[in-house]
Parts: sequence; structure tokens; C-alpha cells
Amino acid sequence: MKPQSMGQAVLIALALIYLASLYFMSSPVWMGFTINALIVAVVALAWNITGGFGGMASFGHAAMYGTGAYASAILQVQYGINAWIAFAAGIVAGAAMGAFIGALAFRYGLKGSYFALVTLAFAEVLRICASSFAITGGGSGLQLRLDPGLSTLQFNDRTVVYTILLVIVALVMALTAWLKYSRFGAYLIAVRENEDAARALGIDTYRIKVKAMAISGAFAGLAGVLYLQVWLFIDSAVVYGSAVSIEALIGPIIGGAGTVWGPLIGTLGLHLLGEGAKHLLHNAPGLNFVLYAVVLICALRFLPQGLMGLAGRIGTFRKKEDDNA
Amino acid sequence: MLEVRNLSKSFGGLKAVSDASLDVPEGGIVGLLGPNGAGKTTCFTMIAGFTKPNEGTVRFMGQDITGLPPHRICAMGMIRTFQIVQPFAGLTVQENIAVGAYLHHHDRAEAMAVARQVGKRLGMGAMLDRPASSLTIAGRKRLELARALATGAKLLLLDEVMAGLIPSEVSEIVGIIRQIRDEGHTFLMIEHVMQAVMSLAETAYVLNHGKMIAHGTPRELVQDPGVVEAYLGHGAAARLQEGNHA
Repeated sequence: MKPQSMGQAVLIALALIYLASLYFMSSPVWMGFTINALIVAVVALAWNITGGFGGMASFGHAAMYGTGAYASAILQVQYGINAWIAFAAGIVAGAAMGAFIGALAFRYGLKGSYFALVTLAFAEVLRICASSFAITGGGSGLQLRLDPGLSTLQFNDRTVVYTILLVIVALVMALTAWLKYSRFGAYLIAVRENEDAARALGIDTYRIKVKAMAISGAFAGLAGVLYLQVWLFIDSAVVYGSAVSIEALIGPIIGGAGTVWGPLIGTLGLHLLGEGAKHLLHNAPGLNFVLYAVVLICALRFLPQGLMGLAGRIGTFRKKEDDNA
Repeated sequence: MLEVRNLSKSFGGLKAVSDASLDVPEGGIVGLLGPNGAGKTTCFTMIAGFTKPNEGTVRFMGQDITGLPPHRICAMGMIRTFQIVQPFAGLTVQENIAVGAYLHHHDRAEAMAVARQVGKRLGMGAMLDRPASSLTIAGRKRLELARALATGAKLLLLDEVMAGLIPSEVSEIVGIIRQIRDEGHTFLMIEHVMQAVMSLAETAYVLNHGKMIAHGTPRELVQDPGVVEAYLGHGAAARLQEGNHA
């Protein structure tokens, strides 16, 4: 998690200063907006596991995000199950959906854009299913009963919500850092860099990829559950819509895919940019997506390693030589 | 150590390998020769589990491993390298070698220590912290070898490790391979560089059009009319003989 250069340290510091400043600004608008951005950052971190470290660019993380949100909402609304249990169930459901999609896609050796298309198809099918069945509330979605309290995981105070989200984002990032430097992380990167060489070195690449999808699915499911608990309402377009999938991938790509900080920094940066544009251009709907597209194209063209890659080249810290034999 | 019996593989109507058999004794260095397109690499991919043979069996240390996936075969102690070197470009040299070491060392610190040790053994001590993408061809070939060794494999299938190297680099790698062999490893190598084959291999097999046409010591093989014709064309052996007499 440690920055490798002056530029990265500055970038991380800026993000932290912004996040800390919200405690002193007492602006509900900025708070609400940043709460949203943090939820998106969790999906972005989820995408980063498969797309960033594993090189499997999904275009359908909404499938896992929505499954997590719906699993939790159905348990609470339809079966009256405790919010904490439903919270855990949402994460498990996201992981299961990720593993399922991964198992099917990788069984048939799908890669690159074919994998992206299959994930998109899954998300779309799930979206249509969710808007058709009674258990998911059909077209009108599901609404949690407003009942603030620790046992229902609903909080009136936005500062509390914000703090909880910050802690969760930090936890997911810590897990990401730990994964990156584990055996599993090394194998995942090896699969991204060269699958044949990875296989020759004794790596069961199929298992590694499905495992990555399961972990990524768990994170995405977590983000879905967070959305549900914060806004208390979901419908198929909100949680299974392709906007979720796009936001999941665009943050890491702009911030730096395969880094620990990239997804958070990319997501925050984009949301700030989108919000700024909205104010400047008087709330023209959908304009933030036009802006995202422009930024994405520029990032792909000029910043293949994202902001973290760019910042990494500025003022590189000298690495200590270790000469132990 | 390795027994290959009657291995055959067709791609559509093309018989890439037919009825190929070979033996690799423990501690030996065995060459697999043959002109381009003879089916050497296909043989390797079948032995290492990357493609399934249509017919035939592969036995490794007494166990039938025909058709097992590569990671299972690798865990048993046999590994292949690639003709076109395939470093993990985004990782450092040490991390590259560690990917191999992770097979039997699950802890990062342990795997990195093994990687450092293997890297130093192969004379890569100074390059360990450099990104793998910055290596020269000779460095990448060494890396390929180091990664394979780090898995703890006993039998290494080397696919043209000498190709593209200048003679001084070839003799360096020859020295390294001999050193590794003396440490108790076994090699089966596809090689075109005769300097390497002649000085390393105790025995060699020659594959042509998918069939084993000769087997013997390298010195016998270069005298073999069948082998000479495989490389130089029909009637070449006779013409060479005449040339020698004239």
C-alpha cells in the first residue's frame, strides 16, 4: 500500500485530505455525493481484482453487485430476516454469482472482449429477470422499511454512514494489498501476463481465475448491500443496470488498474469531475457519462497505467539496496 | 525417468507426430533434434500435458501421466520451457522466479528467498530487482530456466534455450546446464545449435516428419545418412560421401 514515488504520495494525500475535510465541511450535498462515490469505489475495487490483477476485464460487475443487493433485500423484505444476516448473505450471493459466471466463462476459455460480452449478457439477463418476478418486487423494486438502528443497519446520521463506509473501503483496500502480495496474487498476475507460462509453472489457471471472480463477486456483492442499506431502495435498473458495470471499470482504469489506491482515486476523481460538470452545465442529464467517456478515451490513450502510473513516474523514491546474501 | 511410447498426434489431416517413442534416463541430458516442422515442439506439448495425444502413453517416474493437465505434471516434478521466452513483463526478475517457487513454498518470504537463491545460482544476482521486460534475450532465457528450476522440478524439458544467442552466451548456458545436471536434474532438450548438442547431450533422438528416424550419440547421428538427408535433402548423404572421397 506504500506509495513508490513523490507523485503517488501527493495523489494519495490529496484523496485523504478530501475525505477528511468532509468531517469539517458539514455540507449534506458533498457528504451524500461522497457516500455514493465510496459505494462505487467498493465495486471499483472489486473490478480491480479480476480486471486489474487478473487481466479479465469484466463489463458486467452489475451482475454481482445487483445479486448482493437483491439477496439482502429479499431476505429482509420478503422473509423478515435480520439485516446483519442478510448483509452477510448478500456478500455470499455476490461471491457465488461471480464464481458461477467465472466457472462457465473460463470452462469455455473465454478471454478479452468475449469474456466482457458474456459478463454484460449475464448482468442484462439478471436485470430483466429482476424486473419480471414477484420475489424481486418486479418493476417497482424493493423498499426496506425505514427503521434506524444498529440491528437494522440503518443510520440517520450521515456522518456515521460516511465513517462506516470509509472503514469498509479501507478494509477492502487492505485485503487487496494483502492479496497482491500473497501467493494467490502472484499467480493472478502471472495469469494476466502470460497464461501459458503460468500453466507451465504448475498453476491451475482455471481455479485461480474462478477464485478471483468469487473474491471480486464478494466485494461487488458487498457494494450492492451497502447501496441497499444506505438508500433503502433498489430496483432492477439501479443495481443491475449497465451504469454500475461501467462505473466499476472506469474508476480503476483511470486511477490505475492493478494498484491498491487506483480504484479509489480514480472513482473519487471522476465523481468530482462529473459533479463539477453538472453544476457548470446546469444539470444536463447524462452529461457526466459523456465526460466520463472523454476522460476514459484520454486515459487509455495517454495514461495506460492510470493516474497512479503517471504519478509513479514523478519523483520516484530510491529503493534501498538490500545486499543480504 | 521418462518413458514415451508410440505417441501420435494429428491436426486435421496432418500427422504432426506419429508413433514416437523415447526414453530419458535419470540424471541424463537427452537431445531431441530434427529439422523445422518435424514435430519436436508438438512432442513436448504432449509430454508436458498442454495437448492430449491421440495415441500413446507418457510415463514419468513410473506413473502414467498421459493426458494430465500441465499443473499436475509440474507438481510431480516435470516442467517445460518455451521456445519463445515468456517472462511476466510486469514483474521483477525475482518476482518472476518466485512465481515458480510458489508451487512448493506458499509463504511469500520463503518463495522470494528461494527465488533469490535460484537467481544467484544462475548468475542473475545483479538483475533480481530489474523488471523482467528489461532483460536481453540471453537474460530472458536464463530467467526461463530459473523459473523452471524454482518449481523444484527434477526433469526439465528445454525448448531451444540456445536459439538466438551468440556463441559466448551459448557456452555460458551450456556451463549452467551442466552445473544444474550435476546437482541432480535431468534434461530433455530440443536444440538446433549443434555446438550445444555435441557438448551436452549423451544421447539424442532425431525426429523427421513426425517419425523418429534415428537414435544414438550425437557423434553417431551426424554420420547417419538418414539424419543428413533429413536436414539436407534426398541424396545429400551420398553426394557428401563423394565429396569426401574426391
